[in-house]
Parts: sequence; C-alpha cells; structure tokens
Amino acid sequence: MTTLAPGIDEVRARTFPFPRRHFLSALDLNVVEANALLDLADTFVDLNRQTTKKLDLLKGRTLVNMFFENSTRTQASFELAGKRLGADTMNMSVKTSSVAKGETLIDTAVTLNAMRPDLLVVRHASSGAAALLSQKVGCSVINAGDGQHEHPTQALLDALSMRRAFGSLAGLTVAICGDVMHSRVARSNVNLLNVLGAEVRLVGPPTLMPSGADRWGAKVFHDLKRGIAGADVVMMLRLQLERMQGALVPSTREYFRYWGLDREKLESASDRVRVMHPGPMNRGVEIDSDVADDPAISLIQDQVEMGVAARMAVLAALSARLDNDR
Amino acid sequence: MSRGRPIAFINARLVDPESRFDGEGAVVVSDGVIADVSRGKAFEALSDDIRVIDCNGGMLAPGLIDLRVKTGEPGAETKETLRSAAQAAAAGGVTSIVVQPDTDPCVDDPSVVDFILRRAQDIESAHILAAGAATKGLGGEQMAEVGLMLEAGARYITDVDRPIVDSKIMRRILSYAAAFGVALAHRPQDPWLSKGATATEGEFASRMGLPSAPAASERIGLERDLALAELTGGRLLVDQITCAAALEALDRAKGRGVNAVATASINHLSFNELDIGDYRTFAKVDPPLRAEDDRQALIEALASGLVDIVVSAHAPAPAEDKRLPFDEATPGGVGLETLLPALLALHHDGRLPLIDLIRTVTLAPAQFLGLPSGRIASGAPADLVLCDLAAPVLIDADRLVSKSKNSPFDGRRLQGQVLMTVTGGKIVHRAE
Repeated sequence: MTTLAPGIDEVRARTFPFPRRHFLSALDLNVVEANALLDLADTFVDLNRQTTKKLDLLKGRTLVNMFFENSTRTQASFELAGKRLGADTMNMSVKTSSVAKGETLIDTAVTLNAMRPDLLVVRHASSGAAALLSQKVGCSVINAGDGQHEHPTQALLDALSMRRAFGSLAGLTVAICGDVMHSRVARSNVNLLNVLGAEVRLVGPPTLMPSGADRWGAKVFHDLKRGIAGADVVMMLRLQLERMQGALVPSTREYFRYWGLDREKLESASDRVRVMHPGPMNRGVEIDSDVADDPAISLIQDQVEMGVAARMAVLAALSARLDNDR
Repeated sequence: MSRGRPIAFINARLVDPESRFDGEGAVVVSDGVIADVSRGKAFEALSDDIRVIDCNGGMLAPGLIDLRVKTGEPGAETKETLRSAAQAAAAGGVTSIVVQPDTDPCVDDPSVVDFILRRAQDIESAHILAAGAATKGLGGEQMAEVGLMLEAGARYITDVDRPIVDSKIMRRILSYAAAFGVALAHRPQDPWLSKGATATEGEFASRMGLPSAPAASERIGLERDLALAELTGGRLLVDQITCAAALEALDRAKGRGVNAVATASINHLSFNELDIGDYRTFAKVDPPLRAEDDRQALIEALASGLVDIVVSAHAPAPAEDKRLPFDEATPGGVGLETLLPALLALHHDGRLPLIDLIRTVTLAPAQFLGLPSGRIASGAPADLVLCDLAAPVLIDADRLVSKSKNSPFDGRRLQGQVLMTVTGGKIVHRAE
C-alpha cells in the first residue's frame, strides 16, 4: 500500500478495443496486440495489490461463466476478474450427461443468449466448442479451454508472468514439458510464445507428443535434460492420472524418473531458470515439491496472481470492443 | 411422360463405357428399354409417334448406379425415406441405388429385405436395391441369414460402417458367402487404432486438438481383409479406400489374384483434411478426410483402374446431429445430388478421360452387381442421364431434394448440370 492505486484514467488510457469480438485462440492476437494486452494486465496487477481493488470499467455489463467441465481455479479467476471491473457475474456449472452433451451446449447457449449477457466465458470438453458457441450468440465469447485445442487466457497469464520475470519474451527459451498431446495449455502457449518471439521447445515421451508437433514452430525433444538444457523457462504440464491406462506411460514412478522435474535435472537449464506449472500439480509425478515450492525459481504462485490480471485485461479489451461495435 | 410413347434423344454426346464410344449420337427409348442406338449420325427418319428430345450436344450417359446409399427407412424417416432418397437420386442423375442395411430395425433378416423391395415397387424415381447385413444386428458376432436374404433380393452383404473385428468371424462370412457367390463389402480399419478418432492423425488434427487415428489404421485393416479373402477365395468389396498405403496393399493383392473390388467415395476424391478447418462438421465423414497426398493417390488409382467404383456415400443427417462440437457430430454427408458434378471436376481438371470417369459410376458398379444396366446398347434398361457438362452450378444445401441438407459440398462451385434423368424409360427428373 505504498504506491497509489492506478487511476481509472490510466486504465482507460491503456484499454484498447480487442481486435475481434471473441477470444477463442492465442492466434487471435498479433505481437502488438499481445503486448498491449500485457501492458494493460500489468496495470491491473498493481491495482489488485491495493486495498481497493474495484473499478467500474465494466459497470452494467453481465459476465457469465459457463463451465461444462469442472475447474475451480479458472472459474474463480474469471469471476474475480469480472467483479473487480464492476461487472455483474454469474456462474453456471452445466452438468452434462454424456448422451446429450451437444444438445445442452447449443440449447443452453441459445437460452442464455436471450438473457443478453455481454461476455460469455466457456469451458467445454470438446475441441472447437467455444468456436461453435460463438457462432450462435450475440455476445463476446472467451474460450476458457476447449477440449485439447486451446486455453488462450492461460497463455496470456503465462506470458505476463514470464515478461515480469525477464522483462521481455523476445529471445527467451521456453521448454514446455510433459503431456503435450492432451494439453490445450501447451497449444495456446506455443502459439502465443511464437507471436512474442520466444524460442519454444516441446519435451515429453513420444506417446504424449502429438504428431507433427515439430511443425508447430517448436523443437521437439524426448529427453528432458537435453530438452531443458539452457532453457530460461521450464513449464511443466499436468499428467492426468488416467494416462496410465491405454499404455501411454507405464507408471507414475517411471514417468517421474524420466520426465518429472527435480533439482538434479534442472541443473542443465539456464542459471536464471524459472519453473512454471498451470496447476493443479501432481507433486512427485511431473514435478518435485522441492522445485515447485522454491520461491527463488518457481513462478507458480505468480501465475495464479497474474491469472486474475490477465483475465481483467481481456475482459476490459473485449468490453471496449463491444462499446465500439455499438 | 407415359411409358407407352417412345422417346428419341437426338443431338447428344453419347458416352457409353461398354463400347467405349464417346461421340455424337442418338438413342430411342421404348417400353423401358433402349430400343435403338445411333452412333455418329442421326436417325434417318423417326416415326411420328416418337417424342423427340433435342439434347443440344449435352452428354447422354447411362444412369448412375450408387452402391452406397443410406436412408432412414425404416426407423428414422425424418432423415430420409426410400422415396426421398430416390427423388434425390433422380435429381442427381442416379438411376439405381443400393440402400445400406444399418436402419432400425437393421436389414439382417429376409423380411426386412422384402419390406424395402416392396416399398421400392411404388417408387419410380430410381431403382432401389438392398444390401443385407453380414452379421445379426450388425453386431459382428453371429452370421446373418445370408442365403435367405439373397433369395429375398439382397445384392451384397455388409456391416456398413462397423468393421467385423473378429478375424475368425470375418473369415467364416467370406467363406460362407463365397458359396452363394455374393460379395462382402467391408470397411477396412483397425478398430483399436481408430477407436474414438474423428480425424486423420497429422499436424493439422493435432493443432486442432482433435482425437485422431493414423491412415495406417486403414492399411492394417485392409491387409487383414485381403489376406482373409485370399485364404477363403471369398469376394471382397473394399468399402471406401482412402489412402496411399492402403492402395499399395490393394495393388499387391490384386497382383496375386485376390478377388477384390474397391470403391472410393466422392468425398475423399474431392476434399482433404484441411476442409474440416474451423471445425466444419459438415465435412466430418467416416473414414475421416485424408492428407492431400492421399487424395492425389486415390485419383491416380481411379485413373489406373486399381479402384473401380465411385460411390456417393450418401449419409443423411439432420442439422441437430451436425451442429455439435466436432467430436460429437454425426459423420457423413448427403451426396446423391452432387455425385455427378463433383466427379466431373476430375474430367474438367484433365485427370481422367470422361468415358473412364463415367464408367466408375455406371458400368463398373453394374458389373459388380450383375445388372444389365450401366451401358447404352439396344436391349439395355432405359436408365439414362442427360447432363450439360459445361454448365456451372453453385451447390446450395438448402435447395437439395434430399430430406437432410448435410452436404459437404455446400457453397462449392462445380461444373455439370443434370438436365434430365430417365429411369426405366420414364423421365423422372427435369431441370427447371
């Protein structure tokens, strides 16, 4: 509470209209837009550290969180982001039976649309679900994770964490490690990091590396130590425990032995290396607590904090876009 | 329109794959059969009671024969009935269709074959033929009554989209069916590799985060099917071959004399995996669209004769089954009305001579089924299509005759308009 809260005028000055009506993919942003969003998010980080955290930038706007998949942290992060900007926020946890999943998606969207929300945050287990929904509603849709496709606000908050730690992302070497195949976080990060000029590596067992990943704009490694050699950032991905079924990996202990991050393996990374994880972590499976909890190298807590600020920036920019469209 | 009065089609570009004639000519149709054919010159004199239709140089070819058509009858008539499928066929120049047995109830019993063929008697737009299930309930376990279904009129047996997983069952069916001289149509696929897949594995599908299977799944399945056909001497119809690796396997087997005939779907000849971009579920088909290299290999295989037959893979689905997230959407597209113009793209692009292209949808399927149609010759059934090869058409799914509008060709510009369709000597379709 030593610095003054950023004034509303400063926030307004930094808020620019989002380039599109929806935020569905990290590829929706170019380098200028991505950096402008990160600048705006920086302002909100300062704001969020004040006692009075509330602005009225989104006053009168309605934000709806529609989560077809459970996610405590992403939902809370969006809810808080909306509330701090003065929007009315509502959470809908849509429990779905596997039989009528699709019906529920379109039907719920159409019903919801009739209630005229301004911003719709969607998470769904199917790739492309957010894009489909965006074609059916009149408001702005924010993809909060669609199947194994994208999770763009996660990439944005990761970029914000990295930029604050290193000053710039250009030229930074970022190794994304683990279950790349099933990870929307990895896909969004590869896309955004490429836009921001970082050098991206993907590290994981061949069974968890999607086919053609070497053509995404990333170098592919199967050996963790070699993959993170000299890396400035090591981003570990969550290994879903059901991956043991279907012969993707034999056991958690073998996985940890070869692809789990511990201090010994981290030796090969750059001296200034920072460790990240989108959470929730499987300690002892993909990451050792010793590394995850070391404040000198871990950015994991920062990521959670940056999540709220990054999402506030997205909401503010999309709202400005809605103002312009009107 | 009456069957009684003969019709003469003059000034036509006759395309007959049987005689390999492609040139000016005329045809007289009478009593449901082709009564006379004149090649290269006009008829000397036509009697007054003959109705004359001037084709103005349009292509007059045998009516198309489509080996793979799904309808919703019985069980899901809102999707497509036998009548609406026949009308869609007529609009597309298709005069014979083989309806697939995966209805509700499925066609695994002679009485259901009988039901379909009796319904077909009242429908004049197209000849409706039926395929029977290979296994009871399409369950892949117990053999269906192959002999009795054949006696009832089934043309071949198939479990449609479901591969027969158990190789021993597959072997026995091929072997048993061989005794009746009937073919088993089978989709080549490794069921485990393809489980849950909605796209072809590769950079594109992985970027989109779609569950995918490698094209090799088809090759693995096909190698097994071909080996079993070789073992049993059975007759195999390879249902919708799509990829280069499978084509190589087919080529080797044919070289050894395995009794196999392969079909290609018009979808796999026309689209590649990029067409599902933006999660376009109307381009979601099964087997999934392949890489462009595979599509090119398929066209080459059609040109070389390795693949004999082209099918529409007509699979009607209502909008609510398509407007879903990609992995939940029903695969398949309607294709009867777009088959001919889409196929003609290969002629306009100079990939295949017109006569060879026409053969894949007329004479080749007719020979496979043992039908007397698929040719323009005296005494052959009067099943004909008249088509303006050059006319541009813009496919508008909403204007399709089919009850379902799920066309992957929606919005595509093609060349070749069906002007008239004649089935059994009767004009069943005429362009507006």
